[in-house]
Amino acid sequence: MLIVRKFLRDVAAVLGFVIICVVIGIAIFGPFLLPHPDLVFDSDILRRFEPPSAEFWFGTDNLGRDIFSRVIIGTRGALMVALTVVAIAIAIGVPLGIYAGYTTGWPAEVIMRVTDVFLAVPQLILALAIAQLAGRGLGSAMAALALTYWPFFCRTVYAETRRLRHTVFIEALQGLGASKTRILFVHVLPNVASPIIVRATVGMGFTILTTALLGFLGVGATPPNPDWGLAIAESREYLPDVWWAATFPGLAILITVLGFNLFGDGLRDLIDPKLRRSRS
Amino acid sequence: MSGTDTALLEIRDLSVAVGTDEGTASILDGVNLRLTPGSIHGVVGESGCGKSTLIKAILGLLPARGRATEGSITLQGRALLAAGQKSAAQSARGRDIGFIPQDPLLALNPVFRVGDQLREAMWQYGMSADDPQRNQPRAVRRRVYDQRLVELLRAVQLPDPEQALQRYPHQFSGGQRQRLLIAAALACGPQIVLADEPTTALDVTTQLQILKLLRQLARERGLSMLFVTHDFGVVAQLCDTVTVMYAGQTIESGPVAATMSNPRHPYTRMLLACHPERSQELKGIPGAVPSPLRAPSGCRFHPRCPEMVADCQRARPEAVSGAARMVACVHCHEVAA
Amino acid sequence: MSAAPILSLSDITTVYGGGKRAFGGPRAEVRAVDGVSLELREGEALGLVGESGCGKTTLAKTILGLLTEKSGSIRLGGQVVSGLRPEAARRARPSIHYVHQDPGAALDPWWTVGHALDETLRIHGVRDRRERAARIAEMLMAVGLDTSFLSRYPHELSGGQQRRIGLARILTLRPRIVILDEPTSGLDLSVQATVLGLFNDLRHRLGLTYLFVSHDLSVVRRMCDRVAIMYLGRIVEIGPTAQIFAAPAHHYTRALLAASPTLTPGSLDDMPSLRDDPPSPTAVPSGCAFRTRCAHADEQCRVERPDLAAVTDTAHGHLAACHHAFP
Repeated sequence: MLIVRKFLRDVAAVLGFVIICVVIGIAIFGPFLLPHPDLVFDSDILRRFEPPSAEFWFGTDNLGRDIFSRVIIGTRGALMVALTVVAIAIAIGVPLGIYAGYTTGWPAEVIMRVTDVFLAVPQLILALAIAQLAGRGLGSAMAALALTYWPFFCRTVYAETRRLRHTVFIEALQGLGASKTRILFVHVLPNVASPIIVRATVGMGFTILTTALLGFLGVGATPPNPDWGLAIAESREYLPDVWWAATFPGLAILITVLGFNLFGDGLRDLIDPKLRRSRS
Repeated sequence: MSGTDTALLEIRDLSVAVGTDEGTASILDGVNLRLTPGSIHGVVGESGCGKSTLIKAILGLLPARGRATEGSITLQGRALLAAGQKSAAQSARGRDIGFIPQDPLLALNPVFRVGDQLREAMWQYGMSADDPQRNQPRAVRRRVYDQRLVELLRAVQLPDPEQALQRYPHQFSGGQRQRLLIAAALACGPQIVLADEPTTALDVTTQLQILKLLRQLARERGLSMLFVTHDFGVVAQLCDTVTVMYAGQTIESGPVAATMSNPRHPYTRMLLACHPERSQELKGIPGAVPSPLRAPSGCRFHPRCPEMVADCQRARPEAVSGAARMVACVHCHEVAA
Repeated sequence: MSAAPILSLSDITTVYGGGKRAFGGPRAEVRAVDGVSLELREGEALGLVGESGCGKTTLAKTILGLLTEKSGSIRLGGQVVSGLRPEAARRARPSIHYVHQDPGAALDPWWTVGHALDETLRIHGVRDRRERAARIAEMLMAVGLDTSFLSRYPHELSGGQQRRIGLARILTLRPRIVILDEPTSGLDLSVQATVLGLFNDLRHRLGLTYLFVSHDLSVVRRMCDRVAIMYLGRIVEIGPTAQIFAAPAHHYTRALLAASPTLTPGSLDDMPSLRDDPPSPTAVPSGCAFRTRCAHADEQCRVERPDLAAVTDTAHGHLAACHHAFP
């Protein structure tokens, strides 16, 4: 298939795809392969701050827990959080964006002005404020991120719908007498799907990063959750001597986010209906 | 072709191949073309016949993965492009060869004043090959160049030439923008102007104005022009001589009147018969122009030709010349006017 | 001798802009179609010719119902179908259909041709899947394609194939009037001939009536029974094709005919060309809109707008709007 061939030529995107596959694999199978399943949550004070070794690949933290095992367990949490946040943001942003893009009148105006207000405030600061108000915990961090992330989808979808509304094929459908619902759901929605997918992929990485940041700032996950951001925050005071306690969770964040971004960028080049071929 | 008059621009057996994702495309295959001084030569063909690539080859603007595999382009005996090269024509583009593009709207940058864009080529090359201004300070050159531009804009009959330089492209109509681009093509005093379907985007009344202008400029300034188009009607109006291209091959050329009244190659004949003015029963040529990735052997028209014989598939037919005409068809053994 | 009108427009005006801005004053109003009266007779092909910006596409879209006319009335088969908002107007005019100028772009790029054709019939309430398939196969055959094209994507079609699919798509709906908008633009000569032949053939076979919007006079001359010439939103001349081409009465028509390229090599110097460009539709000159470019314009042309009037007593249905019409 042409689309696969074109994708395979994009080294960065393939690398991103491989990283994502490995990360998802770790999230699914990781918990069954832990070297020290007992040292994820339970501490062993006698073994605190052991440097990386054959036994503890990433070393141990201030409570003597195995950092490697905690990073593995944290993968599932990070992915779940990102997936939930992005899904909620899509569920809110996409319908609003399509509606505002295809109609004119005051409801569309209101939607877009609210979107603009959200986009005018840095997402992290807004999310911090909301999470702070809602109380500490992973749940409120997720809600805060979703509530501040939907305007990005709304904007993307709005712009794309606006463009589509004036394309010849939508006009032709109006000429054929197609109803507004049909045009919106059968034609506009699939056409905006590809930019949504791209944005969601990049958004996954972005959300993992912001979740970690919220965890680091103390408004996200609470101990003893093996959250990557929290792990960095907890080990901050022992730097630089105990470098491994912050480095390995940090690397996990870096690699995962990089994977999603590379893959998302690669997808962007593939959204072209011209790459479709009939089976003949 | 009579060998007595010297060619200004000569293209000999030029073949150009371009690498694509799906293989090597043979865009031009043994193209021959001669442009004599002071004449307007039309290149006609349907889409996919390679006429845009021919223009690009002359301008030295072949695509990144394209190169000449055979033949050469010479300008007054100086090689512009030779086999194996990507391009060498950089020095000729703009100075010796002016170019009028197809879409006057896309060819001008909307955010710059027209004057800045028209002056561009002159900063690079001066007003002619032996421009005495080239070593002058910038301010002096600018004044001289602006005088020259105003004079050119007057020559292309643009209203208000003095003010025009200060305006932006969107403040002109389609026909006026095309006049601006004609002026730009003439800015450095070229001997040859290449025009790539310059009137396709225009209405017929504007098209006529532009064609008349080109004819007049060619006559007054002794310019030679290569005019690429898909419209036989425009060729009939404007050109002295014409070359017909099909799928990257030049199949017939000669004076316009003789070629159009008595076409010798089956393709030229069939194509002219498709024109609504001549068509008897409105039937097109069966089949489609082949993809340059899978070009037919020999004469590339043979799969669609009603007069095809075994020889047509074997090798490219030898061009038969005479009385300023050329035909490349196995059935054609001599050409007279 | 002439058949009854199947569609008649009376004094249709279509306006862009107008109304008021959210802040500040009124928006400029552009009368893209300005008082057009026109009859389309059963089974004929009427050519609508003019330069870009003359309002021919706007008129076509008004007839189709995609744009709502500001004033005037449209009668389809004796019934008034004007004064409706777009969706209602489309429902009231099911026998009129439109083939887009760029039929490739008129197809959803993510859908196969078969999917698009099928949907067209579903929109019009054809529920039986077998009937849909039968009608699609029939019309694909009629336009000279086979069912293997159903699995193709729009970008996999050539220009000529796109035209055929565009035509087949609306023919499945069994229209009586087909509006062809620049049906040959962007086509190569050899493909154009085939497509035009197909249009002719289908018109006679299916008893269609064509409104043929084009700027190519050689094509219109070949395809149409009657021609209407538009300039700045108004019809300036209308009549049987043979008469218009043999003896154009309006000075604009003459200029247009003179400018259109023919295959006879001729001297450019002998051809009269119009001066300047058409005025902007936002600033239409008073009186006769063409007077600013007309060599014969006088005071009367400046003050008084000419109406369409019979060119000669003997000419059947040959009308021109000019104070100094050629007889």
